[in-house]
Parts: sequence; structure tokens; C-alpha cells
Amino acid sequence: MKRLAGMFWALLFLAVPVLGVATFAVAPSINVWLPKDVSAHGHEIDSLFYFILALTGVVFVATEVLLFWFMWKYDASVREGEKATYIHGSHTLEVVWTIIPAATLLFLAIYQMNAWANVKMRRPDMPPTVEVVARQFEWRLRYPGNDGLLGTPDDLHLVNDLTLPVDEEVLVQLKSMDVLHSFFLPNLRIKQDAVPGMKIPVWFKGTETGSWDIVCAELCGWGHYKMKGRITFVTRPEFDAWLERKTAEQNSTQPVAEVTGEIVAN
Amino acid sequence: MSTVTVPTTTDHGHAPVKKTGSLSTFISTYVFSKDHKVIGLQFLFSTLLWFLIGGLLALAVRWQVAWPWSDVPVVGKLFAQEGGQMAPEFYTMLFTMHATVMIFLVIIPILAGAFGNFLIPLMIGADDMAFPTLNMLSYWFMWPAFIAFGASFFVEGGAAAGGWTSYPPLSTNVASAPGSGWGQTLWLIGLTFVGVSSMLGSVNYMTTIILMRAPGMTMFRLPMTIWAMFITAVLQAFALPVLTAAGFMQLADRMFATGFFSPEGNIVNNAVPGPGGGQPLLWQHLFWFYSHPAVYIMILPAMGMVSDILTCFARKPLFGYRPMVYSIAGIAGLGFIVWGHHMFMSGMNPALGITFMVSTMMIALPSAVKTFNWLGTVWGGKIQFTTAMLFALSFVSMFIIGGLSGIFMAATPVDIFIHDTYFIVAHFHYVLFAGTAMGVWAAIYFWYPKMFGRTMNEFWGKVHFFLTFLFLNGTFFTMHILGAVGFPRRLADAYHYQTFHHLQPMNAFMTYCAIGMVATQIIFAINFFWSMFFGPVADRNPWNANGLEWTAPSPPGHGNFDFQPVVYRGPYEYSVPGVDDKDHLMQTDPPNAAAAAAAAASH
Repeated sequence: MKRLAGMFWALLFLAVPVLGVATFAVAPSINVWLPKDVSAHGHEIDSLFYFILALTGVVFVATEVLLFWFMWKYDASVREGEKATYIHGSHTLEVVWTIIPAATLLFLAIYQMNAWANVKMRRPDMPPTVEVVARQFEWRLRYPGNDGLLGTPDDLHLVNDLTLPVDEEVLVQLKSMDVLHSFFLPNLRIKQDAVPGMKIPVWFKGTETGSWDIVCAELCGWGHYKMKGRITFVTRPEFDAWLERKTAEQNSTQPVAEVTGEIVAN
Repeated sequence: MSTVTVPTTTDHGHAPVKKTGSLSTFISTYVFSKDHKVIGLQFLFSTLLWFLIGGLLALAVRWQVAWPWSDVPVVGKLFAQEGGQMAPEFYTMLFTMHATVMIFLVIIPILAGAFGNFLIPLMIGADDMAFPTLNMLSYWFMWPAFIAFGASFFVEGGAAAGGWTSYPPLSTNVASAPGSGWGQTLWLIGLTFVGVSSMLGSVNYMTTIILMRAPGMTMFRLPMTIWAMFITAVLQAFALPVLTAAGFMQLADRMFATGFFSPEGNIVNNAVPGPGGGQPLLWQHLFWFYSHPAVYIMILPAMGMVSDILTCFARKPLFGYRPMVYSIAGIAGLGFIVWGHHMFMSGMNPALGITFMVSTMMIALPSAVKTFNWLGTVWGGKIQFTTAMLFALSFVSMFIIGGLSGIFMAATPVDIFIHDTYFIVAHFHYVLFAGTAMGVWAAIYFWYPKMFGRTMNEFWGKVHFFLTFLFLNGTFFTMHILGAVGFPRRLADAYHYQTFHHLQPMNAFMTYCAIGMVATQIIFAINFFWSMFFGPVADRNPWNANGLEWTAPSPPGHGNFDFQPVVYRGPYEYSVPGVDDKDHLMQTDPPNAAAAAAAAASH
């Protein structure tokens, strides 16, 4: 009876790696997995994710199975009359399981640096394609207009519908008007907090035409959940035509007196 | 460090209890007590009550995530403005207060306050803490915090709703959210009092552990629980002043129109802007300078207690005692230089992100060393599957998951995608619930006989363990793959996004598991209180463990020991060869094996 109980508990602990691996194995097939990547840099991030997943997966299975095996084998009920091993440790083992993880972790850190620098540090030398100003609970957009400069009267103002040319590096100038927000583009593997008082550059290149979610990922108040935008990639000619049409629409309905412009220009 | 101790017979600052049975005696014994054991139990009962409240808040959060805008059962009518559904601002308040309650009113005080208080003097062989009055105050300073946090639910606008991290300007600007009114002010006041309580406790623990160890109790004969409590106290003493100062700065921003955390001309919700001149990121640096070490404050004591429980029920010495001590110290040291990993996406200079990535990767190392040593401890053991042991083993199993998932977030490029998604929610619940809370249950089942003189029911204990283990994995493991979709945390309703619209069934499954997990705790509560009165009476050492606390009566009387404990060895001498009549040598057993046998026979 005692043995059965011991086996039961050991098997319960074996279920952790078995079901754990199963969950991750099934997840992609039920579409609960990384969303489609439509960015030029995303595959680099995804492959790092898979690399860490494989590495931690091996360690996870190895340690959990070891724990199961020890519970199975060293159950007191199968060791009647024996004593537990009297051992206080092993210097060799300590050295081994310090050095190997240390080297692995250090390698892992160094291995990540290039991807990080590409997304966050190697800013392309170009003027902003668009300014995104986060505000409770919307994304205000400002395109530079024909003169290519932000903050001039020919700027185009829009809300939530971010349209950008595909297959081109774009530079977003990210600002916030009120509280913290976070500009999260799941399909482009982009996330950057918008901070009041700061202008933060964000750059990426879309690789597919189509339309995807913009999500706010930093708590910004009661309406945080509905701070939704759309990012749409179109071809360059389509983009130019769209920009012209939108500018014309803006000029016909709102001459120069801009209610929003004054606030945005802060 | 010398091992000279304060004699146990001296007066330690409080009069002996008179057995008169009057009201004032009752108050001085059980209410304003200076006895570390009573204070420990006061902490335990208070924190368990808040654990229940925090758990119910979690259920309400889970309800909204699984079935947004549907009528909340049972309690819906209490808070609903529109029918029985919850408003989005109510939801933001729920998760803010769930985290606040669990972190500041449950985990930190149950580890340091309840177990630190109860165990430190008993395990080092002292009759009480070094400063009994400070100790009493450390408990009573929790009450202003209890009242502030509790009352904040009933003020206009409701309790704080800016997240437990309380990032400005959302938290400093009264106009930015309904909960940023009085609720936020009370939150800051509550936080300050929790800090005062922790500080009083940590000063006391450090002094007690350094100065009041029994003769023969050298630092390297201390049980891991005490090492962990000691290093936790050091962490608290060094990190906490920063949070307290930052809290006052935020309070000043709110009440005295200063501008530490808001830039100039920052208009929120069309309100008049404050004076500005500050930076929102400043708060994040100050907050995480405390709150990252606090993450270790929330796990190290559990690691210590689990080490003691594993050795006892594996009947085996701790594998690698010194590496275990050094790795705790390593975690604490490195813990001060990793705070920036909470801020990779914050707008902080990305070059700093690289520095913090390296330090964060390296802090995984001492955690890995600890895990390998726990496995080494179980290896070759003679395992008794008691409830306490099962919880301790599950701590190891679950901590592996929580530890490994942390590496994803430490890797800055991967963090770009999973930052602020359910991946991080999975990570910290594996560390704090599946880790610390399971460790706390292990400790409750293990030291219960010492606390109350009776043993908890083992059968129902195992049922409690089994169901909790099942449901917690059902709830939290699935969060990893939700995070892989990018499912963001803190959203009242994410299903209107094309990317997340198909995730409702999975969230419903998790909520069912969460309901099961909370319901399972009814078994624990009944077992806990029933055993207090009807459980089998425990003798001094029901588990045949080695620590000094097991030489004292169960429960120990005032002054703890009925003789002066003298320590001859470390706490993990199980299955010593050559000792044939029993499989362990207590710390107080005289060195001569024959004398040990004689002493055991005369007990």
C-alpha cells in the first residue's frame, strides 16, 4: 500500500514534464502559438525564442525526470532496513554544475545582443515616417506631409489607422500625451513603451501587405483594453496615393484651425 | 563570529505571564504580546485571511478574463453599476489589489513575519527575539496597512487601479483613472506602513541571528531556513528605504503638487497639468530597485524552509550545504543589479538593457545550483511521502518551471515580444504561487505540530496537495502558450483583437481550474482549524528532525526551551553511519554516539 502511494506520487511528478512538453507540442496545431510574423527582423527574434525553448526544454525534462526517478527509486517503502546514503555533497559535481550553466547563460546573453541592437540600437538614419502619439485611449498619428517635416501646417493627422509602405524601413517617432502606453505590434515583434516627455524612435520593415493589430501593452487606465489600432501595409504607389487622398480630405474639411494639432505639437 | 549567547534566564524585556485569567492578561498574552511565537501566529492568521481575500480577487479577475462583460455570479450585485457585470475600471482595480494584497499582505509578511518570527529564536536556540517590543510593533504596524488597503475599496473611485507597480503618471495624476484618487493615496500610505513593519522585523532578525545563537551554533551550523531569513533581512534593510522614499515622492506629487515623476505640460484627461519637470522613468528605477530584491525576499525564505523539509523526509544530509548558503548570498548580491530587466521596453537607454540582460542571465546561476543541490539531496534518500514532503518536492518541481521561463524574459530580443503578456504572468505565478505558496504549505504542515502541539490530518493534507497541484498547473501552465500568442495582461477584454479572438475557450478552462484551486483551500482551512483542537497530539519531535526547535516542548512555552540547548553539529545529520538505534543525530545530541543513544533512551 505504501509502495503504491509512493508510485502514485512519483508518477504525478512525472506528469509535469510529460504534460508540459505535450502542451507546447500541441499549442501550434491549435493556433495558440506565435502569431504570423510579417516583419523583416521578426524571424531573428522567433528563432531566439525557439533556441531558448529547446535549451530550457532539455533542462526542464532532464531535471523533472530525475526528480521523478529519485522519488520512484528512493521511496522509503522499498528501502526497508537500509539507510539513506550519508553524503554531504560533492565538490566535483558543484564545480561541474556551476561552470556549465554559467558558460551556457553567458553564451545565451552574448548570443542575444546582436538581435537586440538591430531592433533597439541601430537606428536607421532617416527622418520619421510617422509620429505616433499615444493618448487615453487612442493612437494619434501624424504624417509629415509633402515637406517631409513634422510640426508644419501640411501635416496629416489621423487616429488609430496606421498605414505604411511595405518592404521599406519605416521610422516611427513614439510619444505619449498623458500616461504610459506601450506600442505593441504582435505580428511585427515590436513593443515599445510610450513615455510622456520622451520621443522614442521605433523602426521596422513590414514584409507583407495586409492589416494587423496595434495593442496597448502598458496599463493606461480604465479604457486600456480598448486602445486598439490597426497597422496596414500597402505598396509604395498605393501608399503615395493614399497619403495624397487623405491630405486632400483633411484640407477640404479642416482648413488650418486644428483642435488636435495644438495639443499634439507639445 | 563568536557563539556567545545571551543567557536564556535573563529578563528579556517583558514580564512573565501571570496566570490570573484577567482581561489584561489575555490582552498582553495574545493581543499585544511580545512573545515571538504569538507574534508569528498573529502574522500567520492575518496573512492567511488576506490570502483568502487575494484569492477571491483573483477569481474575480479570472471571471472577467474568461467571460468578459457577463454577469458575475453571487457577488455581482454588490459592485455592479450596469446589471451584474463589472466595469472596466473595476477590473483594473481588481488585478491591482490582487497583486498588492498577495505581495504586500500575504507573501512578504507570511514568510518573514509568520515563519521568520516563529522559527528564528526556536531554530537558533534563543528564548525570544533581541527586541521583543520592536517585534510586537512590527506586527501592529501592519494594521494601519490592513486598514488603509481595506478601506480603499470603499472610497470614491474605489481602490488603487494603477497596477501594483503604480507607474506614474497614471498613479500620480488624480484625473487619469477613477482609482487614482483617494484609493491611490491610501495605497501609498498602506505601502509605507508595510515597509515600516518589514524594517522593524528585519533589524530584529539580523540582530537576533547574529547575537543570540545558542552555544555551539556557529554560522555554518545554522539551518538553511535561518540563513535564508538572515539574508532576506539584509536585503530588506538595504532595499526598503528606497521604496519608502519613492513612495513619499509619489505622495508629494499627488498631494503637494511636486513633479518628481511627471514631465512638464503633461495633460491627462484634459485636467490642468502639474508643475512637471520630472520623469516617469525615475519612479520605475526606484520602484524596481526595491521590488526586484523583493522578488527574492518573496522566495528565499521558502527555499530555506524547503531545504530543511526535504532533508528531514529524505532522511539525508543536505547536499552541498555551503554552496547552498553561497548561492543564497549570490542571489541576494546579484539581486541588487538586475532591476532594469523589468524596464527593457520602458524607454530606458537600450544599451543599459544589454548590461541588465547579462546580470539577469547570471542570477539564474545560483538558482540552478540550488535546484541541482535539492535533486542531490533527494538522490539516495529514503523518502517519506508526507504532506509536507509532497509540497516541498512540488516546490522544487515548480521552481524549475518558474526559473527556466525567466530566461525567456531575460533575453532582451525575446522579451520584446513576450513583455507584458501572459508569459510573464505564468512566470511569476510559477515562482510565487507554485513556488513560494507551495513552500509555505509545506512549512505549515511541517511546523504545525510545533505551533499548536497537534498534527494536521495527513489524508486530507494529501488530498489538499493533490488537488492544488493539479489545478495550479491547469491554471498557470496554459498561460505560457497564451503568452506565446502575445496575449496581453491587464486587458479587461482582449477578444476584440483579431490576434486574440480565438483564445476565450482556453481562458475559460483556466478559470475553471482557478475556481477549483480556490475551492480546494476549503479542505485546507477545515484541516487547519479542526486539527488545532482535535488533531493527534504531537510530541516534541514528531518528524524525527534535527533542528533545535524540535527539542523544545510542542508548543513551546514562554521562553521556548526548558533547558539550555547546546549545539554539537550541523542540522542535517540524518542516516549517520555507526548510529544504529536511530537514523538521525539532533543538533543537541552529545557527540559521543553511546551518549547519544543513552540520551535518546532517557527521553
